[in-house]
Amino acid sequence: MSAPRIAGLLLALVVLMILTVLASIRFGAIDFPLHQMWSSTAAVLAGRTPDTLDGRIFTELRLPRAILCVFVGASLGVGGTLMQALFRNPIVEPGLVGTSSGAAFGASLYFVLGTVLHVEQAPWSLPAAACAGGVVSTWMVFALAETRGDGRASIVMLLLTGLAVNALFLSGIGFLSYIARDPQARSIIFWNLGTLSGATWRSVAIVGGVTTLGTLASLVYAKQLNALMIGEEEATYLGVNVARLKLIVLSINVAIVAVATAFTGVISFVGLIVPHILRMLRGADNRFLIIASAVFGATLLSLADLIARVALRPAELPIGIVTSVVGVPVFLSLLRRRRYVF
Amino acid sequence: MVEAQNVGFRAGHRDLISGISARFAPGQLHLIIGANGAGKSTLVKVLSRLLRPAAGLVQYDGRDVSHATERDLARRRAVLSQAIEVAFPLSVREVVMMGRYPHFGTRPAQHDLDIVDEVMRFFDVSDMAERSYPTLSGGEKQRVNFARVLGQVWQPVAGQHRILFLDEPLTFLDIRHQIEFMKKVRETLKSGDMVIVGVVHDLNLAARFADRLLLLNQGRVLADGTGAEVLAPAHIRTAFGIEPVVTTAPGGGLHLIFD
Repeated sequence: MSAPRIAGLLLALVVLMILTVLASIRFGAIDFPLHQMWSSTAAVLAGRTPDTLDGRIFTELRLPRAILCVFVGASLGVGGTLMQALFRNPIVEPGLVGTSSGAAFGASLYFVLGTVLHVEQAPWSLPAAACAGGVVSTWMVFALAETRGDGRASIVMLLLTGLAVNALFLSGIGFLSYIARDPQARSIIFWNLGTLSGATWRSVAIVGGVTTLGTLASLVYAKQLNALMIGEEEATYLGVNVARLKLIVLSINVAIVAVATAFTGVISFVGLIVPHILRMLRGADNRFLIIASAVFGATLLSLADLIARVALRPAELPIGIVTSVVGVPVFLSLLRRRRYVF
Repeated sequence: MVEAQNVGFRAGHRDLISGISARFAPGQLHLIIGANGAGKSTLVKVLSRLLRPAAGLVQYDGRDVSHATERDLARRRAVLSQAIEVAFPLSVREVVMMGRYPHFGTRPAQHDLDIVDEVMRFFDVSDMAERSYPTLSGGEKQRVNFARVLGQVWQPVAGQHRILFLDEPLTFLDIRHQIEFMKKVRETLKSGDMVIVGVVHDLNLAARFADRLLLLNQGRVLADGTGAEVLAPAHIRTAFGIEPVVTTAPGGGLHLIFD
């Protein structure tokens, strides 16, 4: 496909994202009229606090939540693209190398032990616990998968070890919810299903910064990831230092996925579906896919969050349920249409 | 010139190859033959520096390759492997373009695009340029990959020989494409500054197309020389455990018949 057509497609994806985000800002437990969205936003930009309650709900809850959703969706989309390119497998997602389950375990541990250790007051402790869990589980997968003593884990070993480590952490989470008291167990369940309801401007800044840096850094390695798609040996012959590439790309993945998971809980299927749909539109070139999956991941997650807020309003669904319920049939129908060659 | 000096490689406690010394000169087609497990692919991987030898050293133009960067190597040395599968819908053009990846930064220059067009014409894959690689047949994939690796070393490198390794390139080709492929390899040699080392199974194809043969047996060199020297019945018996009848092909070369 020619460069102008790629640019056109990216532009269309960006427009779609903006429209989805606008809808997601406008509708929810309360629908905000356009003029109020505008005046509240203008007030924030001018450094003032909006004077109405609705205005404050808009600027302190709705707006940061919508923007956090954009960055989390982008990080899941990019994470999915990176993992699929790295593992040369289109049915892989960021949770594969243990990052998500480890982060979820860290958060669950925090919910149960936080009361005992009296750390639950610190605003940083939940994300920190989740990040620590994500780093530990990812490190475990790599340490265990590396069997040849040369620092180079094979992809198959990584996949299988990831499976085992995920199972371990999931049973750990199961154990923690079993021994937890009711309110803690409820926190664990809600967090494991994913939710954006805790969004603050602080979380927007952190997730936004990490996601943006991670996406830009991945773009540097897009060409090398392309070469990796035809095989590790071939990529080496094409001048790629494969061991180094794996380490860098996995670090980027851990950073963006663990940080996003730390603030929102586990949200599945976005990282799986986003690169899938984009590849059907335009093929597998990672230089296009990384940017497009950031934009399209943001779009899909914004849509899912909108559904989560309006489906049972004024109550709210965990977003992870929405992404699974919408994602699974889409994924299965994509597979069954067979336009996509494995 | 590619030279192996007393090269050995171990996997676990087993020597896959050991004590191999050989020289591969530019402008000649060098083919490595031997039974399954004789160490042919391992030798190619050590020569191309995918694997680091446990003993001995590999030199390109008199220089030890062990310290070269991946990228510097990739600009002068290409390797065609067996059966390359891709799970993603990459276009044929992009796969061929990968051969140029070591030569440009983020965007291909005009001459990279020109080389891609040229090698695709050379291998008769231009009309499938926009097709998705995973939908091709095994033979088509092999031609696309040959176009890719030849594009990688398409331009002469000042002061250095270009090096091309072919690891069982004929595996998925039918007989017509096998012959066409070997003819293209011979055509490529005419530039005179390219060292080509290949692994083939078919002894008669080897006899017909090679200038020099290297016969491996149990990880060691059994014979090194011209077809007539290497394909002696005694060598074949030792290496393959089967008795050949050596005759003359209509074109004048050697032809082996097995009972």
